[in-house]
Amino acid sequence: MILGLSRTWSLVGYLIAAIIILPLLAIIAQAFVPDEDVFGHLFNTVLPTYISNTILLMLGVCICALLIATPAAWLVAKCHFPGRKAFQWALLLPLAMPAYVVAYVYTDLLDYAGPVQKTLRFWFDWQAPGDYYFPEIRSLAGASVVLALVLFPYIYLLARTAFMEQSSSLQHASRVMGCGPWQSFWRLSLPMARPALAVGASLVAMETAADFATVSYFAVPTLTTAVYDTWLGYGSLSAAAKLSAIMLLVIFSMIGFERFARRKQQLFQKQSGPNETSVSKLTGLNAVLATAYCSLLLLFSFLLPFVILLQYAWDYFDESWNAAFWEYSFNSLYIAAIVSVIAVCIGVLLIFIQRISPRVSDILPSRLASTGYALPGTVLAIGILVPFTMLDFAVNDLYEYFGQAGPGLVFTGSVFIIIFAFCIRFSAIAIGSVENSYKRISPSLDMAAITMGLKPKALLWRVHMPLLRKGIFAGLLLVFIECMKELPAALLLRPVGFENLATYVFQFVSDEQLEHGALAAIVIVLVGLVPLIYLNRSLEQEN
Amino acid sequence: MKIARSMAILGLVCFASVANAAEKLTVYSYRQAFLVEPILANFTKETGIDVDVVFSKKGIAERMMREGRLSPADIVLTSDFSRLMELVDKDLVIPVDSEALKTNIPAKYRSPQDNWYALTMRVRNIYSSKDRLGKLDINYEDLADPKYKGKICTRSGKHPYNISLVASMIAHHGEAEAKTWLEGWKANLARKPQGNDRAQVKAVKEGLCDIAIGNSYYLGKMLQDPKQVPWAEAVEINFPNQDNRGSHINVSGMALAKHSKHQDNAIKLMEYLSSTAAQKDYAEINMEYPVKADVKPSDLVASWGEFKADELPIFKLAEYHNAAVKLLDEVKFDL
Repeated sequence: MILGLSRTWSLVGYLIAAIIILPLLAIIAQAFVPDEDVFGHLFNTVLPTYISNTILLMLGVCICALLIATPAAWLVAKCHFPGRKAFQWALLLPLAMPAYVVAYVYTDLLDYAGPVQKTLRFWFDWQAPGDYYFPEIRSLAGASVVLALVLFPYIYLLARTAFMEQSSSLQHASRVMGCGPWQSFWRLSLPMARPALAVGASLVAMETAADFATVSYFAVPTLTTAVYDTWLGYGSLSAAAKLSAIMLLVIFSMIGFERFARRKQQLFQKQSGPNETSVSKLTGLNAVLATAYCSLLLLFSFLLPFVILLQYAWDYFDESWNAAFWEYSFNSLYIAAIVSVIAVCIGVLLIFIQRISPRVSDILPSRLASTGYALPGTVLAIGILVPFTMLDFAVNDLYEYFGQAGPGLVFTGSVFIIIFAFCIRFSAIAIGSVENSYKRISPSLDMAAITMGLKPKALLWRVHMPLLRKGIFAGLLLVFIECMKELPAALLLRPVGFENLATYVFQFVSDEQLEHGALAAIVIVLVGLVPLIYLNRSLEQEN
Repeated sequence: MKIARSMAILGLVCFASVANAAEKLTVYSYRQAFLVEPILANFTKETGIDVDVVFSKKGIAERMMREGRLSPADIVLTSDFSRLMELVDKDLVIPVDSEALKTNIPAKYRSPQDNWYALTMRVRNIYSSKDRLGKLDINYEDLADPKYKGKICTRSGKHPYNISLVASMIAHHGEAEAKTWLEGWKANLARKPQGNDRAQVKAVKEGLCDIAIGNSYYLGKMLQDPKQVPWAEAVEINFPNQDNRGSHINVSGMALAKHSKHQDNAIKLMEYLSSTAAQKDYAEINMEYPVKADVKPSDLVASWGEFKADELPIFKLAEYHNAAVKLLDEVKFDL
């Protein structure tokens, strides 16, 4: 839409996008390799169940997460009630919890042998499982609720930011025109926050599709577990690639549908910081209800699992306290730090190009780059390993050609491969949150800047960056925490002798002995809290 | 500029981690790290050779295939026989001709071609509730008996331990009969397959089911964990098919990676793992049956009594592995 962006920018954008979709292409190429009819066998037996499980789970988690996150975001952004200040940041805490840890804790609490059902049996003198009905935690519904409890902060964070940035003058206008507070919410705030809710829901859906540990622990087979089993159980990479292709189809059609539904919406508003006068004060019962709602949400999504983790850690402290911790924590931390910076740079660059390029086609790089997130870690691992193994061999061949000893697996045998994988998987998060911020910068600003003779680089640095700060912080934070928690990719790609907190904890979870790994799980959570608190501080300072 | 600097640091980190792989042995292990680390630590103490363990639940064979001649793996440890065979089938391991190994490990527990060696043996037991059923004289075939409807708990059918059991049923009864049996077993389940072997015993204790399928050493492991002692005490351990072919056994084992760069040291480690000291550790720490003839199982394991093992050669099971996986899918065992 704006002239004056040289082709070099586009080229860089396309180059980044190409690197990011490389694994995807590797998977697709792999899907065309014949697979000795493994896929045919799966198709005739278990595949329909896998597909329906996957779709139902994604829908279930999205709906649950939207239902619990939107009211919380609205309350915190727009209302005064006791504890609001604390909830503002506390409701982000569940993000630091790995889903499989929460799943483990709730299973322990709620299954037949857990304290909840034990107590019930004791009270009502039930003897056997047939004497009463209790919902099965290890089920599709259980998995939906547990994943929603862990993932809802994505929607909460983006929605809260959107609600806060909604100009209060619009709000006032709606009230002057006779809308009550509810009407004003339904007809104005909610539609205006829809892009943010949609991005949040897409993230949640993709996270759900990619989740491996929770569903396998809950014995709810989905396409992700099917990919894993087919690749490693049947030893058929190409059948696994075919399954991945089906999965991507499901995910992309969902996201495509969402975007299609929003195609005519355009939304511009003047940046006005959240101004306290637009916040309505809740009193009496309303205030109590608001506080109660947020408290319960926080209790179930974070406090309860965390307290139980502490209890485990306390019980098994002596045997699990060792020096290895510091090493694992450091591994998790530095990888998360590197990846979050790279991902945000990619996000800003690609969205900037898409925004000011005169060529319509330049919207492509950011779209393509966002597909990385749709690849479950397991699948992504295969897709990365194929090309990089080739590269490794090429490097070694070159060395040997010159009569030198080869350096070994430089790419696939080092942390490079994990960092690369994480960048591919999580750039989409950064792209999403940067794009969301960009949407609220009116294009007339760009026009004005260009009229004043600003070059693209200056426009980016001097005009956009200051306005994007919130989106960038949110992106950094989300990517960082994702990296702390990401499991399948780390599990499959880690070099020899490398262990991080997630892989370490998962060993215990899969062995149903989380008690022994609780301390490490707590470290994951605590390390995740540091950036949360930092982010929140910076957001508050801006206000 | 910042990006350039972090990239540079990143590059250094990557190469540094590759560069220090000098005289270390690398073990790719399907066995949990905490099971093998104490034993490997003793080896390091004795020889001064450092050992790195990479633990994976699945996919080690795929990884080694991909790494090809550049693979850092020296030795592979597996917790199940089918995985050993997979390594052999995919041509990822090489024979080891060692007198010590052949002396320590009886012929039925190693490959006729010397390309794999078993280290420990375990039984797939049927546990029964002490209170509700008591000790049983039971066969695997009885798992499909309608009298146990809604009373049986098991982990996922897709777990190697269960796949091996199904494979042995195919080996003894043929595919059609095995399928009928599997359908009958599925119909008897108290809940869909979930959790691990210990969780099934826990479920028996809680009254969720009366029968659990699990490996022998788990009973010993549970008695070592104060929290799990009550679970273990709620069940009897039964050795199935004692009046006929004997109980289904599986082995954990080791093999030398084809592209090992430290073969001499790797063979030293293999010999160590078959030695009396390491076999004792396996028996005492992991509660497994050692393969070395003169090493006795731990007192606890011995107290479960003598048993008759299925004489079907273990490598026969591997032939039915894929058929077993397909059967499990066909009857939708896990769904």
